[in-house]
Parts: sequence; C-alpha cells; structure tokens
Amino acid sequence: MEPTLKFFSGFAPNDLWFMGEAALRTLWISVLSISLGTVLGTLFGWMLYEGRRAATLTLAPVLDVFRSVPLIIQLVLFYNFAPIVGLNLDPFASGTVILTVYTAALVANVARGGIEAVGAPMRRAARSLGLSYWQDLRHVVLPIGGRAVFPSWVGVALGVMKDSALVSVLGYVELLKASQILITRTQEPFLILALAGAFYFALSYPVSRYATHLENRWAQ
Amino acid sequence: MISIRDLHKYFGALHVLKGIDLDVQKGEVLSVIGASGSGKSTLLYCINGLEAIQDGAVTVDGTDVHAKGTDINKLRQKLGMVFQQWNSFPHLTALENVALAPRIVKGKSKAEAREIAAKQLQHVGLGEKLDVYPGALSGGQQQRLAIARALAMEPEYMLFDEATSALDPELVGEVLDTMRLLADEGMTMICVTHEMGFARDVSDRVAFFHQGVMEEIGPPAQIFGDARSEHTRKFLANVR
Repeated sequence: MEPTLKFFSGFAPNDLWFMGEAALRTLWISVLSISLGTVLGTLFGWMLYEGRRAATLTLAPVLDVFRSVPLIIQLVLFYNFAPIVGLNLDPFASGTVILTVYTAALVANVARGGIEAVGAPMRRAARSLGLSYWQDLRHVVLPIGGRAVFPSWVGVALGVMKDSALVSVLGYVELLKASQILITRTQEPFLILALAGAFYFALSYPVSRYATHLENRWAQ
Repeated sequence: MISIRDLHKYFGALHVLKGIDLDVQKGEVLSVIGASGSGKSTLLYCINGLEAIQDGAVTVDGTDVHAKGTDINKLRQKLGMVFQQWNSFPHLTALENVALAPRIVKGKSKAEAREIAAKQLQHVGLGEKLDVYPGALSGGQQQRLAIARALAMEPEYMLFDEATSALDPELVGEVLDTMRLLADEGMTMICVTHEMGFARDVSDRVAFFHQGVMEEIGPPAQIFGDARSEHTRKFLANVR
C-alpha cells in the first residue's frame, strides 16, 4: 500500500522556536523604529514649538499625512514605489523607514506637548540663573517635560510595537508572518494565533510594568 | 551699579515703560511699589534681559544688557532673580535644585556644587530639607529654596518680583525675614513688592510707579510720610 502524501503536519516543539525567533525580529524592528522615531519626533516636536509659522506651514501637514494614512498603505506604497526612485530596500529596511517616520509623526505632538507643559515661567527662572537656551532645554525642559508626557510616549511605543505586525505584508518574517506560515502548514489557527498573542503580550507587559514603576517613582 | 537711561518698553501697541531713568548703587535696597500693570515687574525683566527693550539702555557695572555682543548668560550670573511663582525644579531635590546652576553654568564639580548648595540652604533656613523634593515643601519653603538657588550663583544684585504675592498670608513672614537677612548682609536688592511694611523698614529708597512712569523716588520717610505726587498719596491711602 502506498503511503498517503501528507500536506499538513501538526504543531511541533520546533515551531515554538521558530515563533520565538520571529518574536525577536518583531522586537528588533520595533526597538529600532521606536528609538529612531523618538529622536526624530522629538526634533520635530521642538521645531513645531519653536518654528512657529514656518513649521506650521511645512512640517505639520507632512506629519499629519503620516499620522492619518493607514500604516499598511504607507508600507505597501513605500515598498513598491521606492525602487522607482532608485531605492532598492529589502522588506526590513522599508518597514524600518516607514515605522520610524510613523513613530516620529506621533512623537512630534507628544514632544511639543512636553515642551509646552514646562511653561514659560519655569524656563525664565532657569534662564535667570544663567543657563543658556540649550542648557535650559537639556537640564530643565527635557527632564520635566519628558516626565509629563512619558505615559503618552509609552502608549505610542506600545502601539508601534503592535503595528509592526503590518510589516508582514512586505514579507518580513516577524511574529505575525511566522504565525501565518505555521497556520498554513498545521491548519491550527486557534492555537497559533493564541501563541502569537502571548508573545506580543510577553513583549509589551514588561514595558508597561516598568513604565508604571518609573511613573510611581517620579510621583513621590 | 545698575543704571537705567530713558528706558522704553512696548508690548505690541501697549507702552509699558515710558522713559525710566534710575540708578541703583552697590549695597542699596530699592523697593518698587505701584498698582498692578504699572510696569514695575517688566522693569526687572528688562534689567536682566528676559525682556527686550525698544529704546534707551540698561547697564550693569558698565555692561550694556541689551547690546548685541553682550554675553547675557554670563551677565545674569551677577543678577539673581526671584519670581512671584517660585518655579522649583520638581524632578530635583532641594539640594539638587540649588546645585544645578553652579554645576552646569559655572562648571563646578558635583561635590563643590553640593557644598555650595548645602551652605545656601542653611543660609535660608532649609538646612533640614536638603534631600526633600519641592513637592513636599510649603510655598514659603519653596520661595526660600528659590532664593537659595539664586544666591548659589553668588550674584552681586538680587531682583525680587513680588516674591511674597503668591504665598498664603501665614507664609509671607518667613520669606520677608530671609529678604531682610540679605539686606542686612549688604546685598544690593531691587524689590518689586506690595509689602509696604517691608518697603518702609528695609529699603534705602522707595520708587513709586504709575502707568509706566516712575512718579516719585525717595527715602521711605518721604514717600510714606510726605509724598509729592498726588498719585502716590492716593495709592498709599488705598493699600493701607
């Protein structure tokens, strides 16, 4: 008797390893995009705060576009049209670029809010002590404003981490893409999506716990 | 010496200071009184360059505050300022609040800056509160913290902008006592104030501002006892 050809095979311990690796890729692209995006977004936020009319007319509309257009559309457009202008980026690089700009667009408003939260009287007091504009920004505005908007920033960061799942449409094998591959092979969507969810939770939860811990420490 | 010549300040179309001439000598305590909106706080902001001026000149020990080439950050180290709102840095302890500027502006070492800060906090009676965050201090204590913070830069002049106006009445005394202490030590002070008792007892001279003009300036006895200007007499009759 001929052995039947098997198209599907069940979930194996090895697959957990495969998902773990994919989770690390999710973590890597998220950490990279959130870090770069936060630096860039803080710069944009400062420009929006200081630049007044010039920034309001130029930077603000651009950021609005990135904030308003669904991320999946940005990813597909960028990945497919970048080669036309000579940019041959792999899925990881394309994903990182778009996630970074997307993070920056969200962080810009957070950062501007942080600077506004410090207030003119506090900054005048700092300047009256002889602090230069940049010393005031570094030693007074950054720590005070940063703490004021830290919860909003954590929200943005966790959101971007979850949104990084969309990079799967470009073929980058992060957590969601890995899950889709496994589902196709094992035909066990329930189990695998639950596992993927657990991985995302395991990535987010420590961050949000640590954030709460910091906020409590600052609140004393 | 602080020397102000024909100082004009506008906020948009609003003419806030209309040609002020004033000299303040080393060691002098000058109180500036007058109704809200008379331009007295703005005068202080113009002295340390926190506000630009439209005409005239302010010089501090011969340095033009508003000249293009002036290193304003350096000049401000000479001019301590205390505001109506104390503006403590909430993320730093009392000691760190005071040590910040000596450390980053003057480049003192961390240990040196902390030593200066501890000394100044002792000076204003906060020696017990070195490691306390401002949130746990009363308004009066925070205002004394602000005074210590300014003193830590070893200024030659102190500018007080209604330093007691935002305080609960029972906390005003401790801040005024600290200001008296500084005056007794020979600090040069310009105090914009609504505390007439302080102005009378502590100042060498009192200036009365009315609608952007310095109506009258003279020793406290003259201003409080024998004011020449009708506006001054009217103002003093109302605040008492």
